[in-house]
Amino acid sequence: MNEAGLQTLPSRADVEDLLIREAELLDNWELDAWLDLLTDDATYYVPPTDKPDASHADTLFIVADDIIRLRERVLRLKDPNCHAEYPPSRTRRFIANVRVRPAEGGLIDARANFVVYRNRRGGDTRMFTGEYRNKLTHAGGKLKIAERRAVLDAEELGSMGAVSFIL
Amino acid sequence: MMAIRHLANCPATQQCAIYSPRHSDGGKIQGSSSVQSDTGQSNTRQSNTPLVVESPQDHKFLVNRRSFVSDEVLRDEVEKVFGSQWIYAGHDSEVRNPGDYRTRDIAGRPVIFCRDGKGQVRALINTCRHRGAKVCREREGNTRGFYCFYHGWTYNTDGSLRGVPGEDGYGPDWDKSQYGLAHAPRLESYRDFWFVNFDPHAQDLHDWLADAKNYIDLVVEQSPSGKMELISGTQEYEIRANWKLLVENSVDDYHLLSTHITWMNYMSNSGVNMKRPKGDLLPSRGKGIDLGNGHLCIDNPNYRGRPVAAWISVYGEEAKADIDNIRAELADRLGEARAARVADTNRNLSIFPNLVINDGSSVTVRNFWPVAPGRMKVTAWALGPVEENEEQRARRLHAFLTFYGPGGFATPDDVAALESAQEGYASWREVEWNDISRGMHKDAADQLDTDEAHIRVFWRRWSQLMEGAGAGARP
Repeated sequence: MNEAGLQTLPSRADVEDLLIREAELLDNWELDAWLDLLTDDATYYVPPTDKPDASHADTLFIVADDIIRLRERVLRLKDPNCHAEYPPSRTRRFIANVRVRPAEGGLIDARANFVVYRNRRGGDTRMFTGEYRNKLTHAGGKLKIAERRAVLDAEELGSMGAVSFIL
Repeated sequence: MMAIRHLANCPATQQCAIYSPRHSDGGKIQGSSSVQSDTGQSNTRQSNTPLVVESPQDHKFLVNRRSFVSDEVLRDEVEKVFGSQWIYAGHDSEVRNPGDYRTRDIAGRPVIFCRDGKGQVRALINTCRHRGAKVCREREGNTRGFYCFYHGWTYNTDGSLRGVPGEDGYGPDWDKSQYGLAHAPRLESYRDFWFVNFDPHAQDLHDWLADAKNYIDLVVEQSPSGKMELISGTQEYEIRANWKLLVENSVDDYHLLSTHITWMNYMSNSGVNMKRPKGDLLPSRGKGIDLGNGHLCIDNPNYRGRPVAAWISVYGEEAKADIDNIRAELADRLGEARAARVADTNRNLSIFPNLVINDGSSVTVRNFWPVAPGRMKVTAWALGPVEENEEQRARRLHAFLTFYGPGGFATPDDVAALESAQEGYASWREVEWNDISRGMHKDAADQLDTDEAHIRVFWRRWSQLMEGAGAGARP
């Protein structure tokens, strides 16, 4: 943070490192370690496919977690009684087209395109494509995710089914 | 074919396997992308096995798994169920102003649900009368008319034909007034829920809804003005399972304890009392209720928090006072007893065949369609009082996502359960019957939400329509 209260804009390489590390942790189901990449008041959103730019305060989202519910989501995902993700899906994430810009409130707007493949038994492979619209911040000397927004490209969730894992 | 049969007269229950060789592969669709099967090859029609078998003496109610896998059965459903019953088309609040429209498929037909220039709600069939292209391809909006880009025909929002390029090409006998967009044969509403019927001779919606009206009333009375609205944002997803499984699941409280353990843990971790009285499966004991004409519900004392006047810790301390105020308004308007009914009970309401209104952690309106025997499309919305302020609306939406929807803490596990069942039905030749008998040994008045009496209500109606007269007669 400089004297004007603005955060120093990280390089694209720094942001890419964070997103790639995040993808690795999520694909490996190291969910507690993944939580460490987030701020203590982080949020996680998946907007509805018909209103991708809307606010969760007045629009029904697919996911709109505050940090309390996000931690509960991780507890759920680690539990064998999370039937939708047991056995856990095998996922593979590809991150590309990373863009870094200053955002309001001194935050960093970090956008990236994603492709996530979700594999389950029986030849069931589902593909999720979209854009991460994340807000980053420096906390404790580290670059962290303050807001995580995964915006899907599809017109409807359709054959993707449920977003039962962390997208 | 005779419908609900007396079990003792049904050889299938004594020696199921003898029917198996006659079945074809017509239902080989579960879980994969090969949803199209060998149409026309199925010989399930020749089978004498009934789809629903009921024997009160033996306390048995069975549903043949062919009901979930057969193309033949689905073709019959399209005609006999979706072609004869009132089908949910949309909510009044979706087309609030003249010219507002939403396009959607209803019972497999492309429909424009709209309000015309004079304020009349319409259900127009979205196909040009000339050569068939859709005349509206946007999801939603406001318009003065509809335009077919193929040859340029234009229509008014009441469906009438406005203009045709080169009209003189049709000669003097051509009557433009006969070329308006087709309307769904019947369109009626109850408390802002609009339904269509593709049978012009159908019973009036009001009568057809029977006692389901009382439960719609309970949902709508959350609003001081009696006006609810569908909230922006649509959850549209597929489940690789037969559509009827979602009817069952939406009103099935027996599965909560095993399917939704992680949701219960979440509630419990958040400070909600999830303790179960000894001998009970759930924290509160509710009822399963027959509402007539295949409509049904479960009706439960609330334990899980409701944005209308039942605070739980998940909402945060700061919400307490506001929820007290909501509760006070209810009591003022409705009286204490009715206010308690609205605020302190949950209801999962199934309106035959494919509309579910669940008034629990929040209110969800859920509509679903078969696209193949083993696949359905689900559309789900949140419903809330029009008077809600920003804070109340945000709380309602937050509460919705604690349980419902494809990213919720419960619905994805329901989806997994239904898809798992559908995969199991690949063995429908060997394991022919689902058991829906729970609670049959008890009196009608004693049927709990965790019993299956209310689920039998759906199946009896379905069987009556699918398998003909005499169905539903209980010997």
